[in-house]
Amino acid sequence: MTEPVLSVRNLQVEFASRRGTLRAIDGVSFDIAKGEVLGVVGESGAGKSVTGLAVIGLIDPPGRISGGEIRLSGLRIDNLPPEEMRRVRGKRIGMIFQDPLTSLNPLYKIGDQIVETIRTHLNLSETAARRRAIDLLAEVGIPAPEKRIDGYPHEFSGGMRQRVVIALAICAEPELIIADEPTTALDVSVQAQIITLIKRLGRDHGTAVMLVTHDMGVIAETSDRVAVMYAGRVAEIGPVQDVVKNPLHPYAKGLMGAIPTLAGEDKRLVQIPGSMPRLSAIPRGCSFNPRCASAFDRCRVDRPEPQPRGAQSVACHLYDGVPAESAA
Amino acid sequence: MLAFTLRRAIQAIGVMIAVGIISFSMFRFAGDPVNQMVGMDTSGAERAAIRKSLGLDDPVIVQFGHYLGNAAQFKFGISYQFRLPVSNLLMERMPATLELAICATIFAMVSGILMGVYSALRRDSWLAHVFQAVSLIGISLPTFLIGILMIYLFSVTLGWLPSFGRGDVVHIGWWTTGLLTWSGLKALIMPSITLGLFQMTLIMRLVRAEMLEVMRTDYIRFARARGLTTRAIHFGHALRNTLVPVITVAGLQFGSVIAFAIITETVFQWPGMGLLFVQAVQNVDIPIMAAYLMMVSLIFVTINLVVDILYTIVDPRLRSTVSGAH
Repeated sequence: MTEPVLSVRNLQVEFASRRGTLRAIDGVSFDIAKGEVLGVVGESGAGKSVTGLAVIGLIDPPGRISGGEIRLSGLRIDNLPPEEMRRVRGKRIGMIFQDPLTSLNPLYKIGDQIVETIRTHLNLSETAARRRAIDLLAEVGIPAPEKRIDGYPHEFSGGMRQRVVIALAICAEPELIIADEPTTALDVSVQAQIITLIKRLGRDHGTAVMLVTHDMGVIAETSDRVAVMYAGRVAEIGPVQDVVKNPLHPYAKGLMGAIPTLAGEDKRLVQIPGSMPRLSAIPRGCSFNPRCASAFDRCRVDRPEPQPRGAQSVACHLYDGVPAESAA
Repeated sequence: MLAFTLRRAIQAIGVMIAVGIISFSMFRFAGDPVNQMVGMDTSGAERAAIRKSLGLDDPVIVQFGHYLGNAAQFKFGISYQFRLPVSNLLMERMPATLELAICATIFAMVSGILMGVYSALRRDSWLAHVFQAVSLIGISLPTFLIGILMIYLFSVTLGWLPSFGRGDVVHIGWWTTGLLTWSGLKALIMPSITLGLFQMTLIMRLVRAEMLEVMRTDYIRFARARGLTTRAIHFGHALRNTLVPVITVAGLQFGSVIAFAIITETVFQWPGMGLLFVQAVQNVDIPIMAAYLMMVSLIFVTINLVVDILYTIVDPRLRSTVSGAH
C-alpha cells in the first residue's frame, strides 16, 4: 500500500487550565489513504473536533499538541514553524466548519474571499483567479456562478453558503479535507446534498477526507472507514460496514444500537447509561468502564490499547487473547 | 437606499425644526430684547416703534416663521455686543473651530485605531499595558487640566509651542487656514491633542474590545484555516469588521468635539466659535447663543446623516435587501 495522505500517530493534545493540565486527546492514531473518507464519530466532547483542529494546526493556547506526530504525505506537520504551517493550511489541507452562516466574512463578496484564498496559495493573476473561482462555484453546484460570485454571504441560503465554504476549502486542490460537522447546522434535505457533494469531490480529485460528525447516518452513507472516539481516545476503527454491522467495542455497540431503524420501530432504542466523563475526571483503566455492562476487574486498572482484529482495530480488554473467529 | 437616505433626511429636518423652536424661545425667555437695545430714557412710543420695526409685535407664530426662514438662509440677526450680523461673526470663526475639530478627530482616529489594534493583538505586551494606562488618564482627566498641563510643559518650561492663538493664517476666499504656515501648524498641535485625547481613548478602547471579539469569530478561524497571511487576517478581515461601531462613535463624537471645543478654545484662546459663544454668554448676547445652538445642531444632524450613509458603504448587509433573497 502506498503512503497514506494523513498519518496520525499517538497524538496527544493538552489544555492548560487553572486546575492543572487537561488531556483532551490521549494517544490517537489513524491513517487516511488517498481518496478515502474516514468518518470520526463520538459524543460531544469525545475529542473529534480537537483532533481535526490539531491536524490543521489550529489548536490555540492554552491548548497544545503535547505528543505524537502528524504526517501529511510523509511530511511531519505537527512541529512546523507557524509560517510554514500557514502555507500548508488552505493549500494542502482544506477545512470545512460546522456553521456556514458564520464561516464567511459578512463584509466581503464571496468572490473576493475565494480569489483572496486562491491568490494566497497559487501564483495566479486576478483574472485567472476569478475564472477559477467561477469554475469552483460551478463545481460545488452554485447556479449562475458568474453572477453569484459578486454576491455577499447574506444573500445566500445556509446550504448555498456551505457550498461556498466547500469551494473555499478545495480552491487550492488540497490533498486532505477536514470537514468538522459540515451538515449539523443544515436542514435534512440540504444535508444529503452537501454529503453527496463532499463525497463526489473526494472521489473526483482523489482527496482524502476526514469527516467529523456525530451522525451515524452520515457516516454510513459517506465513509469508507470509521473511527469511534470516546473520551479522547479511539475506541474502535475499521471499515464502515464492519463497524456498523459488527461493532466490537461495547461503546460502539451502544452507539449502533442507538440508531433508529425504519424496520424495527416497535423496539426501544438502546441507550448507553451515564454520560462521558469530564476531562478532569477520566477514570483509571478503560475510560468507558463505569458505563460498560461488560466491564470486569482489569478494565478498572489497565488502559486497553488498540489491537487489530480482522480489518477492525479495537481497544477493549474483552478481546485480549480471544482469537478473532470466536469473537462477537 | 434612496428611500433610506430620504427618510433620514426628513428626520433630520424634523430635528432642526425642534432645535429652532428651542433657540427661538431663548429670545423670549431671556427678557425683552428691546429693553436690552435701548437706553433708560427711551420713551414708550419709541420703544413701540422699534418693536414694530423689528417685527416683535407680530404674533409669536409669525415671528417664529420669520426666524426659521431667516435661519435657513443663515441670517441670525445682529449681535448685541459687536453690532455686526451674527452670521458674519460665525462664518469668520467657523474655520478655526472646524480645523481644530478635524485635526483633533484625525488625531483621535489614527492613534486610537493603531493603539487599539496593537493592544488587542499583543494583549500581554508591556506597550499594550502602557496604552491601557494612558487611556485611563485620557478618560479621567478633565480637558482643561490636560490643556493647562501641556501649556506649562511645552510652552512655559520648554518653550517649544505657542501657548495661545492660531499663529499666522492664510486666507483662501472666506476661509482662513492655519494649516499652510509653520506657526499655524505649531499652534494646532496642543489644542488638537487636548481636544482629541478623550475621543482617542474612547476609540482605542472600543477598537480593542471589538477586535478581541472579532478575532474569536468563526470567520476569522475559517480565514486562518484557509491559510491567509496574518496580515490579511488582522487588517483585511478583522479590522474592517471592527470599523462599523468605530465609525458610529467617531461620527457622533465629532459633534461633541465641536461642542467640547468651547473649553479647549477658552484654554488656548483659540479664535473659534466656542470662544465666541463663551463671550456671548458672559454678555447675554442672545442672537449669538441662539445661532451657535443652531449651527452645532446642524453639524450634529449632518454628521448623523453621513454616518448612517457610511454604514451602508462599510457593511453590505445594510444595503437594499431587495437584491438578495433568491
